[in-house]
Amino acid sequence: MSATPSVTPSAAPDQTSSAVHAAREPVLRPESRAPHVLFATLMKDLRLEWRSKDAINSMLFFALLVVVVFSFSFDPTGDDARRIAGGLIWVAFLFAAVVALGQTWAREIRNQVLDAYRVSTAPANDLFLAKALGNFLFVSVLEVVMTPLFVVFYNLRVLGPAYLLPVIAVLGTWALVVNGTFFAAISLRTRSREVMLPLILFPISIPALLGMVEATKIILTGESSAKFWIVLLAVYDLVFTTVCLSLFETVLDAE
Amino acid sequence: MTSTPAAVPQAAESVPAVVLTSLTKQFGRFAALRNLSAEFAEGKLYVILGENGAGKSTMLRAIAGLLRPTSGRVSVFGAEYGGLDSGRGILGQLGYMAHPSLLYDEMSAMENLIYSARLYGIDDEACCAAAITLVGLDPLLHRPVGQYSQGMRQRTSLARALLHDPRLLLLDEPFSNVDVASARGMVQLLSRMRDAGKTIFVVTHQARLLAQAADEFVWIHCGSIESRVTTLDLEAVQ
Repeated sequence: MSATPSVTPSAAPDQTSSAVHAAREPVLRPESRAPHVLFATLMKDLRLEWRSKDAINSMLFFALLVVVVFSFSFDPTGDDARRIAGGLIWVAFLFAAVVALGQTWAREIRNQVLDAYRVSTAPANDLFLAKALGNFLFVSVLEVVMTPLFVVFYNLRVLGPAYLLPVIAVLGTWALVVNGTFFAAISLRTRSREVMLPLILFPISIPALLGMVEATKIILTGESSAKFWIVLLAVYDLVFTTVCLSLFETVLDAE
Repeated sequence: MTSTPAAVPQAAESVPAVVLTSLTKQFGRFAALRNLSAEFAEGKLYVILGENGAGKSTMLRAIAGLLRPTSGRVSVFGAEYGGLDSGRGILGQLGYMAHPSLLYDEMSAMENLIYSARLYGIDDEACCAAAITLVGLDPLLHRPVGQYSQGMRQRTSLARALLHDPRLLLLDEPFSNVDVASARGMVQLLSRMRDAGKTIFVVTHQARLLAQAADEFVWIHCGSIESRVTTLDLEAVQ
């Protein structure tokens, strides 16, 4: 329907926004709102991504390019592949994730929609967590699609405890997206935000990246225990999630 | 971070809706607002007038809590930003319509309003549909907002601003690109809301539309209030 009816001057006198709200309670319980806003924001982001496919398409093509280019560049044998695959796969995911991280916030500054969130009573951290969870899902989809390709291109066979790989994937992905979401929000108001995000994000992600790469390599080669690196990743996630949640409201309200 | 929404004192006759005290806002060396002080009573419709760059939108954004003043204070219904609740209590009381639509272009009007409603803890689709109908649009219109005309987007944006039944409405250029008939309809809606006790600020260059409805015309010049009058000098707004 494309009809654009005018606001009718003959509307009933009680047809104000108060009348619109006559049927509901004026004040809702604040404690019931927090998960509500988080879920609504997450679903809104997933819906927008489903319709535009901006982030997921860019990530997939970028990661696919990295896999193909690296496989032609190195032509690794089985042993070599197990040693370098961890590094390659996580670097590919890190670079690809930056594309998604930029996209999620770009939507919020178009039409200044972020201001609508800022003038609402919704908690700032709900926005942050929804964005981080959304990015986590996008990057997880990327990993699920790209990992079999890595296995095929690099002829990989896992010699260590393979059941730990999903644990590393979850911890590593969260490490990337929690910082990425936070620093993407910081770089939102800078002039060259596409450049700023990797400049801030990559150095701070080095400990996490080291943990992901080393843990993956150990499991692929089956040489020793990856416990230290997994614990490092878990601690990194805990620390940076706490820091990001503590500072996000300040970032959101910054001019 | 606090999510408590209702820390604002309830309406009392003696408490003005908005009090600006020595409000100054500088962007670098440029002072958008200069030592601006004013009181605005509750339940009135104020029209903010002035040239481009006079500071009208900046004043509105400061009242909405979107700008931190360089100096001075903003008090809304007796509560100040930067207080114990960081202004969150004030926010539940105000509806803000900016010059940009504050809407997601990829979603329909109804989807946008349902999401906005949830930001205020409202889980009532009928309420969103009623708000869209109130501004003269069809809630069953499934086209994304990005495909709407500018006028339809303005009206959707107005519906979003009044969705949570705010006591204070801040509207920045609500009539731009809206056809005359629809603009008159919006003015009538604003008059009814004022009559229902809402305080409304309208920044506009189309003051003639509000000549009959407004309670006060506030002229801003170079970041300061130049004059406040109750009747519009039609020659002055030529």
